[in-house]
This record gives sequence, structure tokens and C-alpha cells, in this order.
Amino acid sequence: MSDEEDDIILSDLSDDDLVDQMMDDLYDGLKDEIMESVNILLERNWTPYDILTRPLVGGMTIVGNDFRDGILFVPEVLLAANAMKGGMSILKPLLVETGAPTIGKMVIGTVKGDIHDIGKNLVAMMMEGAGFEIVDLGINNAVDGYLEALENEKADILGMSALLTTTMPYMKVVIDTLKEQGKRDDYIVLVGGAPLNEEFGRAIGADAYCRDAAVAVETAKSFMARKHNRAPS
Amino acid sequence: MSALPTDPVLTCDGADLRDLAPRAERTLLIACGALAREVLALKRINGWDHLDLICLPAILHNTPDRITDAVRAKVAEHRATYPRIFVLYADCGTGGLLEVACREMGVTMLSGPHCYAFFDGVAEFEARGEVTSFYLTDFLARQFDAFVWQPLGLDRHPDLREMYFSNYETLVFLAQTEDPGLTEKARDCAARLGLSFERRFTGYGDLARELTEEATR
Repeated sequence: MSDEEDDIILSDLSDDDLVDQMMDDLYDGLKDEIMESVNILLERNWTPYDILTRPLVGGMTIVGNDFRDGILFVPEVLLAANAMKGGMSILKPLLVETGAPTIGKMVIGTVKGDIHDIGKNLVAMMMEGAGFEIVDLGINNAVDGYLEALENEKADILGMSALLTTTMPYMKVVIDTLKEQGKRDDYIVLVGGAPLNEEFGRAIGADAYCRDAAVAVETAKSFMARKHNRAPS
Repeated sequence: MSALPTDPVLTCDGADLRDLAPRAERTLLIACGALAREVLALKRINGWDHLDLICLPAILHNTPDRITDAVRAKVAEHRATYPRIFVLYADCGTGGLLEVACREMGVTMLSGPHCYAFFDGVAEFEARGEVTSFYLTDFLARQFDAFVWQPLGLDRHPDLREMYFSNYETLVFLAQTEDPGLTEKARDCAARLGLSFERRFTGYGDLARELTEEATR
């Protein structure tokens, strides 16, 4: 960052300039600056929902696109996510209080034998930012844990993640169990992770393979819209 | 026999390590650069002069989505010259795509999910079920900065370590050779990642077994 940028006083910026600055700060992974800016916008009577969606989700969308296009790499994405997490930590309780709109509920976790949760955490954060309620089961989840959470939470979506070639077949175990119990059509099943591809997603009977967090959000929104359209009036 | 290139060359560029003396019934080995030293050692020990070795850049390990195309291109380049080609890659994070490609091209490849498994022994590795272990081989211990520390940005942002490694418990050093200096380096890698350390001597594991089968068929 240049000296000139170091001199920026966030509270002196207009709303539009501050939103632009937040997107830059998010891109640069500046957590403290993001948290300061969130508080400034709250003092200016912005709704938590608007702060979440405009500078934070908007900024992370740019980060996601640049990651997809090979401009940013994993470390930079993680720093940006960490900055967004800082902003979310302020906004989350306020979003609950203000009853921000919820699109749907997702149970998400890495599959049995897999402890790699970076991608899963990014998806969970972006889904939350997009208005989904997230029940994060964490890592290393067996089929029973997924099914229990889906039922107890009355979830709409199941998200499963795996980084290893050796663990990704477990997704099929979960989907097959849903089928055996006659519950497969109750849930939208989205899968993701580095070694997966669309063909694998189709082969195991998932509704969609999601290449990255942004695709997961758009796919989930699209499936939820279809679900609402199908719902009896 | 061709001289072994340096580890950085094997990491970034790969190497053509063929003995070019004409012989009938030659087999081409297309390997990950991380296996060059081990394959050349097995060739030397066993006198497998009929096996030629070409290595792809080992750093493909970090972008497994590029491995299948790289292997395809190398097989296409040499298939007219060699009656047999053996691909010295396991699945290596290709999600089964490399296996499909090798089947389509009519070439064989190593069994198992990755080099950790075939050094340890694929069956033994699977039976251990070590979910929270992070692995290094001899090559990866020597090239730790190039494969782990720098690509993960830990040289620039050490605070990211928790995000990457908090779910791991142990760094398991799968040692192909007896090298006290390298063991100390691997132990230091474990400390840098905040993990406990275990050394497991594997020798060349299933790599030796599968190469022996290929060489003596």
C-alpha cells in the first residue's frame, strides 16, 4: 500500500467512497480497516444488511472472480475472507436482531476422513453473506451426522466438501443413504472440493457440483427459486 | 546414466533423463519430478538399463488439475518411439481423471491415491486411516519452502498457519533414505507448521514393487 493510501482517514470519506475503499481493503485483506469501516457505516445509520451486501459481499465477489481468473491465489483469498469475517462478527448479531431476509437453510460440512475445511468455510461465509442460514457441522462428518442435522434443522440444502480423492466417494454414501430413506428429494445437494468435477457430481447423484464459493451461492439461489416456484400455494 | 538435475530444476522444469543408446524393447517411464532420485536409484541398483525416464515438473503436485493434460501431452510426444509407457503418477489429486486418461491412451500407471500411499505401501497407508497427518517425503522435505511454505503464503503471512493447519496434528516424514540431516530438516518443518513430528522409514515402498513388476515383465 502506498503512503498516500496510508493517510486515508476512513471516517472522512463519503459513503460511496467508503464503500469503494472497503472493497479495496477487503481485497488487500485488511481486517482492522474493514471492522472500522463497518462501524462507521453503522454510525451513519446504514442497515447491517446493506453493509453486508454492498461492500462486503460485493468485495468478496471481486476477490472470488480474481481467484477464478488466476489473478489472486489462495493466501490472498484467505486474508480477504479473514477481513470479511471481522466485518461479519460485528454484523451478525445485528442481522439477527433486524430480521434480515433469509433465502434458505444449509447444512454444510467436510465428509468423513477429510479435515480440509478452507473451501467449506469460504462457501459457508459467502452463503451466509448472501442471506442463507448456515449450520456448519465442521470437519470429518459421517452420514448419520449429516442426516440428523438435516432433519433437526429442517434444512433446504446439504453441502458436502472434500479435498481428497480418497474421501470424495463418501459423498455418494450420504446421497445413497438419503435415497434409501426416501429423503433424497427433500434436499438440494451441492458438492465441492478441488478433486471434484461436474461429471463426478452427476455420477454420485448430487444436484450440482460447485466449482467455487461464488458458484455455490448462485447455484443455491437458483435451486431455492425453483423450489419456491414448485411449492404448492 | 544421465546426471540427476538439482531439486529446483526437478520442481519447476522436470527433466529428460533418458539414456539414448538404442536398445530394443525399451520402456519409457513418465514420472513426477519428485520421484527422479528414487527411480534413478532403483534403475542403478537393479541394472534396469531398458527403462528410460522423463520427469514432469514436480510442482504440478500443487496444481493437480494440470497433471492429466501434462501426462497426456508427454505420452503423445513419445508414444511412437516406445512400445511401452509406464506413468509414474498415482491419482495425485486428479479425481480419477488421470486413470481415465491412461486407460484411454493404453498406458499403465501406479496404484493408489498419491506418493505418500505408495511409499508407505498403499494397503498399509489406507489401513492406518491417519486423518490428521500431514506428509512429507524426502523430496518434499528438501523442497518444503517451494511446495508448502511459499505457495501457501506463509513466508508473507505467517498468521495464516492456523487457517491451514489447525485441523492437523502430526507431520509424518515418510523417509525413503537414511539421512539424519534430512530428518532434522523435516523435524524443523513440523515445528514451523506447529505440528508434532513422526519419522517413518518407508524405503521405496510400492514404487519399487511396481517398477520391479514393470522391469521384469
